[in-house]
Amino acid sequence: MAEKSGADILVETLLDLGVDTVFGYPGGAVLPIYDALYEHPKIKHILVRHEQAATHAAEGYARSTGKPGVVLVTSGPGATNAVTGITDALMDSIPMVVITGQVATNLIGTDAFQEADTVGITRHCTKHNYLVKKPSDLAQVVQEAFHIATQGRPGPVVIDIPKNVQVAATEYSSNATRTNTRYQPQTEGDFKAINAAAEMIMNAKAPILYTGGGIINSGPKASETLRELAELLGCPVTSTLMGLGAFPASSDKWLGMLGMHGTFEANMAMNKADLVVCLGARFDDRITGRLDAFSPNSKKIHVDIDRSSINKTIRVDLPVVGDVGRVMEQLIAVLKGRRFATPELAEWWSRITGWRATNCLEYPESKTEIMPQEAIRKLWQATHEREPIITTEVGQHQMWAAQHFDFESPNKWLTSGGLGTMGYGLPAAIGAQLGHPDALVIDIAGEASIQMNIQELGTASQYRLPVKIFILNNEYMGMVRQWQELTYESRYSNSYSDSLPDFVKLAESYDWTGIRIEDPADLEAGIQKMIETDGPVLVDCRVAKLANCFPMIPSGAAHTEMLLSAEDVKGTMDDQAKALV
Amino acid sequence: MHIYEEAVERHVLAVLVDNEAGILARIAGMFTARGYNIDSLTVADISEDHAVSRITIATNGPPHVIEQIIAQLDRLVPVHSVRDLTESGPHVQRELALVKVSGKGEHRIEAMRLADIYRARVVDATTESFIFEITGAPEKIETFVGLMREVGLVEVGRTGVVAIGRGPDPA
Ligand SMILES: Cc1ncc(C[n+]2csc(CCOP(=O)(O)OP(=O)(O)O)c2C)c(N)n1
Ligand SMILES: [Mg+2]
Repeated sequence: MAEKSGADILVETLLDLGVDTVFGYPGGAVLPIYDALYEHPKIKHILVRHEQAATHAAEGYARSTGKPGVVLVTSGPGATNAVTGITDALMDSIPMVVITGQVATNLIGTDAFQEADTVGITRHCTKHNYLVKKPSDLAQVVQEAFHIATQGRPGPVVIDIPKNVQVAATEYSSNATRTNTRYQPQTEGDFKAINAAAEMIMNAKAPILYTGGGIINSGPKASETLRELAELLGCPVTSTLMGLGAFPASSDKWLGMLGMHGTFEANMAMNKADLVVCLGARFDDRITGRLDAFSPNSKKIHVDIDRSSINKTIRVDLPVVGDVGRVMEQLIAVLKGRRFATPELAEWWSRITGWRATNCLEYPESKTEIMPQEAIRKLWQATHEREPIITTEVGQHQMWAAQHFDFESPNKWLTSGGLGTMGYGLPAAIGAQLGHPDALVIDIAGEASIQMNIQELGTASQYRLPVKIFILNNEYMGMVRQWQELTYESRYSNSYSDSLPDFVKLAESYDWTGIRIEDPADLEAGIQKMIETDGPVLVDCRVAKLANCFPMIPSGAAHTEMLLSAEDVKGTMDDQAKALV
Repeated sequence: MHIYEEAVERHVLAVLVDNEAGILARIAGMFTARGYNIDSLTVADISEDHAVSRITIATNGPPHVIEQIIAQLDRLVPVHSVRDLTESGPHVQRELALVKVSGKGEHRIEAMRLADIYRARVVDATTESFIFEITGAPEKIETFVGLMREVGLVEVGRTGVVAIGRGPDPA
């Protein structure tokens, strides 16, 4: 058997695993790997401008393609810069493998130059992590890492490779290993549980499907199965932020998103349902509101591939551990076997129609200012036929995008849900564009968030990626200002976006096209120009500065205590509410 | 505003794990990261090839937290199995302690007398001190150490609890 260096083994194993794109940034502790990449043009290396962006780009690539995202960074600052994106991927269950360089094994623990305890730092923000001490372990570790990142509930895996392990040689033949593996999550649902679920469904008078990112993670087939299940059950469907697109927004069964900025009908239906079927979602606090008031009269079924998500915050009546796509198939088979006929649920639907009549997503119109909601709707109208991939930053614009941009299919909506990371959207759009060279990819951004990874304009230019950025520029950290209005009597402490750059000039300096839209009358033309312009385009869309995002369930409130518009807001909050995030 | 705490119960968990670098940090760190309590934790490798370790964790928390602790442990990649011994029926708990006392006259005699009652062995003696070795359930050790406090306790080292289910089957 031939001897190979650790770096070569790494790169060849990546090729064996079908990796075609790596997002990275070089440095001393990964030079041997970069040198090996030089010999392997089959792997496309995307040079970002900051390691955090490499991780978000990998997330965007992963979320839009279903394949794991791969990141390569150096030791010390390279690894610590990557931590935000690694945590983001953990919270949103994104498959990702992050390779970090480390100082040579004999230097570990000596506070060597650019040494950081990467496995220590990332232990609790990864699904699993490794420090590889021998080149002969490398191939096996890399294979297991990809297996762990992608199987079960997906997540980030870090492989820390000391520099001497990259250089040292060991015997290697490419198909030698592949002895998988100790990690074998359960994907089939327990048959008894499926039958019990079918029983509960057959007895329900007011059922609702509450879906989440798990459906997207399970793969496009799960989205198909969800449609079939909803059709069979004849019941309404709502979703978390992460699950948008799994169910078509054009369906008459669709209630819109639920939770803090969800629709009135989705939240009321959750509150009044007699059966909640939770499919690949995790009863996050942004969804439940006040726990003791969450869907108080329902029986609850929770399907999740991660057992620790079940009964974590909300007690459920029937847990089903398994892959949500597979479990839905099993459930459909059992229901059909029992000759289940789609019930009419007429009374339930008539109540829902009543809630829908509030038109909770309506917003005040203006002739003088561009309303941010209007900008999103217009963006949707102008682009939806091309099935664009939408990424977002974090803030009001993100919630408006979730509310007003309708999705028909999965893997088109990429947003930082669990961690809520400002700066996610631009690098994620870059990653998505690389995975889908011909797609229209738009980052819906805020003027504050976009500055958190603005340096990535250069990455898009370098690789000729026609990414679009649509900034809803309200000159405020709008979401912070909104909370200050609700909670702190409008004392706007540090939420004004002062000293903004001229975004158009900034874009132009990176060889992007910059467009400014200020007048409502120019909105449509501006959007059209953005779509029609080849190459990357940044739009600085000046919107109403003080618009707020409604509906809203203030933190600590029940689903039935929604604020529908600014008029509903009165007084300040008590300390109990202030203490909640 | 006040912060309220829930009533807790004590559970002993037996966790089989891959005997690999960082495993203790992973387990102990998960407890701190998620705000769970560790009363004691013991670990040693138990398989012939040294590949598997058994970790015994005594923890406390409200029942729903205990359930979460088990689920969170179980999803760690190097964890093979988690058993809640408190939940799964009769089991034996043992802990070993080394207890140093010093004193003269009455106290010294009393210490010796108590040690005898508690079946603690003398493993070191000088004219003015003893080291006792005592094994037993944690409550027994607790009581013994408490008594020794009154007769000249100098220091105490405890192993933390190890536990195993009764009967012929493995946990
Ligand atoms: C990295 C990071 N820091 C801070 C926050 C807290 N935060 C949430 S939204 C927000 C303001 C975002 O402002 P902008 O991007 O302009 O969006 P807008 O709400 O105005 O639409 C802040 C500071 C965060 N989510 N992420
Ligand atoms: Mg803003």
